[in-house]
Amino acid sequence: MDLLGSLSVWIMPLLILLIPVIGFLRRVKVYEAFVEGASEGFQTAIRIMPFLVAMMVAVNVFRISGAMDLFINSFAPLLSFIGVPPELVPLAIMRPLSGTGALGLTTELLNTYGPDSMTGKIASTVLGSTDTTFYILTVYFGAVGIRNPRYSVIVGLVGDLVGFLSSIYICNYFFSW
Amino acid sequence: MINIVWLVFLVSGICYGGWNGRIEFITQSAISAAEGAVALSFKLIGVMCLWLGILKIAEKAGIVNFFSWLIGPIIRCLFPTVPKNHPAIGAITMTVSANMLGLGNAVTPFGIKAMQELKKLNNDKDTASAGMCTLLALCTTGFTLVPATIIAIRSAAGSTNPAEIVGTTLIVSLLATMVALLVDRICQLLSKRPARRRPR
Repeated sequence: MDLLGSLSVWIMPLLILLIPVIGFLRRVKVYEAFVEGASEGFQTAIRIMPFLVAMMVAVNVFRISGAMDLFINSFAPLLSFIGVPPELVPLAIMRPLSGTGALGLTTELLNTYGPDSMTGKIASTVLGSTDTTFYILTVYFGAVGIRNPRYSVIVGLVGDLVGFLSSIYICNYFFSW
Repeated sequence: MINIVWLVFLVSGICYGGWNGRIEFITQSAISAAEGAVALSFKLIGVMCLWLGILKIAEKAGIVNFFSWLIGPIIRCLFPTVPKNHPAIGAITMTVSANMLGLGNAVTPFGIKAMQELKKLNNDKDTASAGMCTLLALCTTGFTLVPATIIAIRSAAGSTNPAEIVGTTLIVSLLATMVALLVDRICQLLSKRPARRRPR
């Protein structure tokens, strides 16, 4: 288990070490190639900005106004009917909307219920197995100027829902014995 | 679709906030979110430059081609609209590999690169192509072998076995990815029909 921990620390520096070294050995002008690639970074990041402003303003207004809590409370009975613990419902709603929000909620759940409790394990699995759908959609499509994402929203949200529900069932199955 | 979702966030937020007596927080949060979005894009510049630079070296050294050769056949099955040997295959391969390694902020630049390559194949400049939707489905479910952030916050919370959830995370993300790809393919088939009828 220490191996996994140190692997996650080492992987980035190893890549930044190995790719230029392999490049050098294969006679790539590494510094020049790096600068050539990096020069695209600024343009791309700036192009994302209006998309990010639109999405983050809407999500933030939805959260701060309390409309999200209303949404959570009205969904809680339905979700607990299919076996979702009520304390996990906010995480289910937050996960696709805000990455930092979901991380905050998970940290709170880990501290309240303990990281080795069933709730803690389920919350960790939810956070690890799905991504922030609306952020990914905004950034990836924003960077190439796509304004109409078509059915992608539905696909992403279905993926989140499946990830959330199967986290609960699979954790209950694996960690109960 | 996205227009309705966006409008629902704003309308429900502002109306409920007004009814709830939290209207003064709305203005504040809208402005601070807009500022936060700009700050985030600026933060992205550094990360983008770093990883796009490394990616360019990997491209020129043939590392991208090696990865394409390794998992390219699977990628080509998922993206039938992309021609063989098109640079998009290599870029998608790098995105999926970075996702699997849990590279976090390196995934975004790679994913955007792949989107740019897919856009070159797209006739409609504003609307997402089938390939773009599939790539997004792959990224939103984010299939990861090493969920580094979660291991870190679990050990910070005092877990006796922080990496215990790696197995369940793997199964769940594999399942979610497969379902998302399936739904993506179904939507793709459903949305094709009206487009075919239109030219007549």
